[in-house]
Amino acid sequence: MSEPLLPPIGMLAELTHRCPLQCPYCSNPLELLKANRELDTQTWLDLFSQAADLGILQVHLSGGEPTLRRDLEQLIAGLSARGVYTNLITAGVGIAEGRIEAFAEAGLDHLQLSFQGARPTTTDRIGNHKGGHEKKLETARRARKAGLPLTINAPIHRHNIEEVPEFIDLALSLGAERLEIANVQYAGWALTNRDQLMPERAAVDRQAEIVAAARERLTGIMNIDFVTPDYFAIYPKPCMGGWARDAFMVAPDGTVLPCHAAQTIPSLSFERFGPRSLAEIWTDSPAFNAFRGTDWMQQPCRSCERREIDWGGCRCQAMAIAGDAAATDPACAKSPIHARMAMLIDEAQRAAAVPSSDEQFVYRRIGVVTEPA
Amino acid sequence: MMALRERALVSPQSVPSLPKHVRIQYDPVRQAFAVLSPEKVFWPNDISLDILRRCDGRSTVGHIIAGLAADYDAEQEAVAADVVAFLQEWSDKLLVKL
Repeated sequence: MSEPLLPPIGMLAELTHRCPLQCPYCSNPLELLKANRELDTQTWLDLFSQAADLGILQVHLSGGEPTLRRDLEQLIAGLSARGVYTNLITAGVGIAEGRIEAFAEAGLDHLQLSFQGARPTTTDRIGNHKGGHEKKLETARRARKAGLPLTINAPIHRHNIEEVPEFIDLALSLGAERLEIANVQYAGWALTNRDQLMPERAAVDRQAEIVAAARERLTGIMNIDFVTPDYFAIYPKPCMGGWARDAFMVAPDGTVLPCHAAQTIPSLSFERFGPRSLAEIWTDSPAFNAFRGTDWMQQPCRSCERREIDWGGCRCQAMAIAGDAAATDPACAKSPIHARMAMLIDEAQRAAAVPSSDEQFVYRRIGVVTEPA
Repeated sequence: MMALRERALVSPQSVPSLPKHVRIQYDPVRQAFAVLSPEKVFWPNDISLDILRRCDGRSTVGHIIAGLAADYDAEQEAVAADVVAFLQEWSDKLLVKL
């Protein structure tokens, strides 16, 4: 190791893959787990307790749709009892009366609510859920009324990139402290739908100007986090802040992963919580150690002055586009195959030019989903 | 419709507090105080921590400056500039409420 192993700070807990929405860019894997594969309440509570012991300070409760877990209040209370900062990441549709208040009472620190569009028609079409937008507005109002701090999350792609100014107005009108303008990252379902989702270069440039101006104008009023689109980048993102460096995630069945898409790297195998403790997995798992630090790097990363800024970028993007998980993320201008990104953007624009191609999303669905009784 | 929010500017009369989504917590694993916020964890140095702890929703900025100057045996004017700049920065990031 080129640096000592530090304890992890953040954890993303995907409590379930079940979700009422079918967004075509979902970051969940293509092979979604059914309810009968999910960890039970006590196992999640044990896992959270070990996470706190290990040094985890923040847990993002996500899915799928985490509020489909009927034990969510208990899970929040368990984390809260250990002083862990809890962030609920929800689609905000179909949350039963009184539950948001119960989450707040259990100690929830923050709620992050996704909007697929700033306009009802866009939200309903992208999530493939009629009436979704209206339900989300109601969730935001209930969250504010329960005293919960609010982030609005807007995943951006070709079909809503022109709505960025409206997203800003929407987040302001809902009283959000924070807005995430998050350009879709092409892994999981988004990779499958890349040609349908990729925005035009001109729209990306306009978006960057709009966000920069809004940040200036809204200083001290609302924070805007901007997740820029990888394919248009010069430098890659330090994915997860570096592989297994200070964060990890847990899938609904307890599989512990360095990131969302890690299972797309065929050379790695991952361990489950239960047979092994979180501490053992964090420290010893070969998959976690595979790309830790800088020793694994090839050129141009190995001698790059940004190697401990970008950490080589995204391993899964390197796998998907370069065919080698240890390659430089092709989003980096120094990657020998960086030009491939521009080609993929052009390919997507050509595909989009074909009439009616817009409607051909592969919507996210669990093979045959059985809702628990 | 909600009233349009405005950027708050630090004055000696401001009464800063930590908003609900921000908290200071001792981390026994790292043996240091952390500031927890929705997406980020901050590790404030001793002086920043001293300022943040005085953001109790009761003390004015003027009072905080006087207290810090006494504790650090420093000139109030010198302390004031640093405290005002710090609080404005944290307020602008919505990590401190004025």
